[in-house]
Formats: sequence, structure tokens, C-alpha cells
Amino acid sequence: MSASTTKAQPLLQVRDLATQFSSRTGVGKAVDGVSFDIHAGEIVGLVGESGSGKSVTGYSILGLIDAPGKITAGSVKLDGQELIGLSRSRLRSLRGRRISMVFQDPMSTLNSVLKISRQMALALEAHGSLSSDDMHRRSVEALAKVGIPDPERRLQSYPHELSGGMRQRVAIAIAFLNNPGLVICDEPTTALDVSIQAQILVEMKTLVREAGISLIWISHDLATVSVLASRLLVMYAGRLIEEGPTTDVLRHPRHPYTRGLIDSLPSRAEPGRDLVQIPGSAPSLFALPQGCAFRARCTHATNVCGMRPEQTRAGNRTWRCHNPLGAPP
Amino acid sequence: MSGFITLSNITRHFVSSPAFTERLAKRLTGQQATATVVHAVEDVSLSIAEGETLGLVGESGCGKSTLGRIAAGILPQGSGQAHVDGKPVMVNGRKRMTRIQMVFQDPFASLNPRMRVGDTISEGPIAHGLVTRAEARQDVNRWLEAVGLDHTAAERFAHQFSGGQRQRVAIARALAMRPAALVCDEPVASLDVSIQAQIINLFLKLRRELNLTMLFISHDLSVVRHVSDRVAIMYLGRIVELGRTADIFANPRHPYTRALLDSAPRLAADGSAVEDVVPIKGELPSPLNPPPGCAFHQRCAFAQDRCKTERPILNTMAGVHQTACHFPLEVQRHGR
Repeated sequence: MSASTTKAQPLLQVRDLATQFSSRTGVGKAVDGVSFDIHAGEIVGLVGESGSGKSVTGYSILGLIDAPGKITAGSVKLDGQELIGLSRSRLRSLRGRRISMVFQDPMSTLNSVLKISRQMALALEAHGSLSSDDMHRRSVEALAKVGIPDPERRLQSYPHELSGGMRQRVAIAIAFLNNPGLVICDEPTTALDVSIQAQILVEMKTLVREAGISLIWISHDLATVSVLASRLLVMYAGRLIEEGPTTDVLRHPRHPYTRGLIDSLPSRAEPGRDLVQIPGSAPSLFALPQGCAFRARCTHATNVCGMRPEQTRAGNRTWRCHNPLGAPP
Repeated sequence: MSGFITLSNITRHFVSSPAFTERLAKRLTGQQATATVVHAVEDVSLSIAEGETLGLVGESGCGKSTLGRIAAGILPQGSGQAHVDGKPVMVNGRKRMTRIQMVFQDPFASLNPRMRVGDTISEGPIAHGLVTRAEARQDVNRWLEAVGLDHTAAERFAHQFSGGQRQRVAIARALAMRPAALVCDEPVASLDVSIQAQIINLFLKLRRELNLTMLFISHDLSVVRHVSDRVAIMYLGRIVELGRTADIFANPRHPYTRALLDSAPRLAADGSAVEDVVPIKGELPSPLNPPPGCAFHQRCAFAQDRCKTERPILNTMAGVHQTACHFPLEVQRHGR
């Protein structure tokens, strides 16, 4: 990304976002003071383990938080427009048109009793008035762009007649149908085989480049995210703990958790040798420890970690750690 | 074939008879409704030496789980025979030995939610007379320790544990049967990355300490590469390549293996740049109706006319490296 565009106003500006879920056992801080920017045409990877708040962050941006969940603080601005607190109808008119989302399981997002053509027409009708010929043309184009062979025929199919990979492609085609500025993808390839995942990753790259769309790619898989994303956001226990350009973060992680995550990948170890493992498991969101949530599992923890670390910024990197790992040479 | 676990010419088809409505509809139009047959496993022979870990890799629907279940004696084979230490695993469709046990993918589904962990672990050994009820408590503690859990875990229920801990319980349950061999079906696939490393390390430790022979099934190439001595690649019910792990990853001879390796996203060894993925074209053909000739020919960049009609058999390339391809890839000087 050139210097001129970095200075421009970001497409999406998230500030101190907090989302909580209340239950009988207490309040779970799923997202706890998360701030980041997404620029136009940028692919950003949002990485974390289950319960880290990565998906809830995605849902919060789209206003898809239902009771007992609640966005309790923060601001989400799309092109300068505040999204938090917008009415349901205003949000509806934004969703699908300016921001859309692709979910992990296409079988639960596609309507199983409607033909693909009808589902695509519904998405187009929701945000404009096109003739049925135009809708058909747009739908065929959209399916062709995501690599669906014989799109004319596929339009007449029901979701159950398609393979998992094809279904996910349809879901992606629908998300891109109204040329939104931002698409949030929540683990869209996790349920797919590696060969199909590779196809979708490559198609996604071309699609985003051609359309100039920004993408937030949420995943637990560092390797997959790194194929696509130019920038990484790493979450742990509801907080954004590290951020930076993909290669920099992978090569010189500043947060010990990121380091641990990278080192625990089997591909980084000599076959047969014990893997570097992060001891213990993530804390419950309902009983987060004081201070740094990673403290109990961290080999670098000191007394000061009992206090909550603030976000430190240096250039295009940020981290939340009292004892960050060494800076790149 | 001599080995500790031997699978000889295993074939398994799943037949689903046509639904009543379909039969009726066909009858009315004067046709005969036919059963659909899934060719899950076709004539697979494998041999795993004592103490060896064989990784079994393939995409969903390739038959790897079916083969694993047959090896573990959970599912009867259609034809062929599975042996452990020279004895048949199944006789007349019933499992006849306890020396091979299985660990499943999803510890949320494989543990009984209404049983205490201690009972879950001791149920099998007590039923088979491996321990008495009086000894059971101590035995449970021993296996809990072996998998890195606290003794107090015995009194708790599965839902009180995290995914990684549950998988430890499932491993303890398998080990309590004193198996000599273990079939692990995607045992880390449902776990988080940081927990995955813990469980993989546990497998490595147990294998060293108990000299277990393992069939390790996974779709994740990096996990298989890490734990296996040899690797078998399965495609549409058949083994297409088999060899030592290092050889398979450095010099795959079957185009499918090569394509599978190229399509997996990975961080480069030095952790810096990320190598690009190269997808395989097309999709897995349906096991309901496998293509003639080589099952991979429609997706293969090197396919020729012969591949469309004649099915390649598993041929020995060099040493123990075998591949089922008419036109195997050349050995590369520089593997990955």
C-alpha cells in the first residue's frame, strides 16, 4: 500500500469496541476494548483461538449481536459513518450493500428450500431495482467470478445439490453481489478440504484485487490467513494483543502469545521432535484474570503483568505487553 | 506381508437401498429402483511394523476413516482381513481383541456426558477383566497421570473439561485397555493450535514410552509429517502413494500427492515469507460412481489416454516407496 493511501481516512475505524455476554454466572467480556483500522482494498487477517473474540468482533461490526450479548462501548465507523446505535432498518440497508459477511458453514447461511437464482435475486432486490434480465446477468457473472463452472445451470440448483466447496462459493458470490466496500469472512474455508480451500484462497485474492474490496479474514489458522492477508491482527481473550504487517509479525512477533502460536505449528518443527507448546489453556471470558490475560501461560511474565498492559505503538506495529519480545534488528 | 497391523485386500462398500417413495415412483413408471453403492474402500493392503506410526492422509470422502474403523475392529470389512499381531481383529463380524483401540476426532461426541471420567476410563478394563473393581481406582489414576491430568479428574464429568482435556480423557480411555496398537482418527483436528501442540506432544511421549503401533489419520499434512514414520496417501478409496515420510514430502511421485502438498498453506521454514498455494483443479469425484481408469485422471495435469481406461496399480518405485501412477513424477533434486 502506498504512503498516500495510508494517510487517507480508513474505510473502517474501530475504536475501543467492547461486547459482553451476560449469563447467570456473570458477564463474559467477549470483546474488550478492541481498536483497529481497515483501509480500502486491504486484506486483513484476524487471528485467534476459539473464545478469543475474533468472530464476535466481526459480528459486532455488522451489528449482529443479539441478547444476551450487547455492545457496551466503543465506536465502529464505516467511511466516517457511525454504525453503533444505528436503527435496525438503517443497519439492514447497510448490510449486504456496504458490508457483507461470509460465514463458516454455507449450509446454515443458504436457504435450503430456495434455488440459488432466487437467493441471489433476493440479495439484489434488497438493495435496488433491477429487471429480471439484469438480475440474471449479474448473478451469472457473480457465480462465474468465484469459479463456479456452468453458472447458468448452477443457478437452477438447490444448495443440497452442490458440494461443500460450491456452496461456499455461492455464499461468497452473494456477499460480493452488491459490490460492498468491506467483506468480513468468518472461517470460510475451515470446513473445506485443503484442495478446495486452496482454490477459494486463490479466487479470493483475484476477486478482491479486481473489485478493490477490503477483506477481514477471520481464522484460527495462521498459515491460511498469511496466504491472503497483508496485515495481521492477533486476538487473545477478547483483546487485540498484536498487530502489524503479516511478514513482520510472523518473523518478529512482539507478544509472547504470538510467538507461542507460531512456534507450536508442526510445520515449524523437526519431524518427530516435541513441539513447542504453550502451557495451560485460555482463561474463561467470565473469569478473566486481573492484568494481562496471558500472564498465567506466559514465560516472560513478571509482577508488572498484574496490571493491564496498554496498547503500545511503534510505526505500523502495535502490541499489548509489558515485556515485549525483542524488536527486529 | 509381515507387520504388526496388517490390512489385506480390504474392501468396503456402503449400500443404501432406495427409499420407499423412490421404489414406488420407479414401479409406477415400470422401472427397477437400484441401490446406490458407495465405494468407500477398494482393495487396500497395508502393513505397519511394531512401534511404527503410519500416517494416512486424504481429503474427506476418500475412505480413510472407514479404513481406520475397519483396522480398529469397529466396522466390519466387506472383504479382506485385518490382523493385529497375527490374529484377526474381527471374527464373524464381531471384534475379537482388545489390543487395538481407537481415539476419535471429536471428544465432545466420543465421551458419554452422563458418566464420570473415572467410570469412562475403567469401564472397558473391568468388563474385559484387565483390572478388578478394587484395582480400578488406582488404574484410572495411573492413566490420568499418563495423559497429564489430575487425579481429581476422575470424579468429574466430560462437560467440565476443555476440548484438549477431553481429548486427553479419550486417550486415557483407549490406553486403559492396554492396547499394543492405536488408531487415531483426526485426533487433533477439532483442537486449537496451542492445544494441538500439547496433544501431539502427548502422542509422541506415549509412543516412546509404550511402544505403540499407530495408524494416524489426518487431513493435515503438517501434523502427519510431524508424527509419522511412513505416510500413505488415499484417494477415492485406494492408496495412491506410500513411502517414508521424508521421501513423500521431498519427492512425491504421484501427481495427486504433489498437488496436495502444493495446495496446503504453510509458513516457510524460516517463518518469514509465506509460500503461495497452488490449487488442484476440479473436485473429488463421487465415490458413488468412481471414474474408470485412474480415479485422479480428470484432475491430473499429466493424464494421458492410458489413464482414462487402465487403473494403475501400486508399484514399488525405490526402496519402500510405492505409487499407483502410470506416469510417476521424476525424483527432484531439491524437495521442499
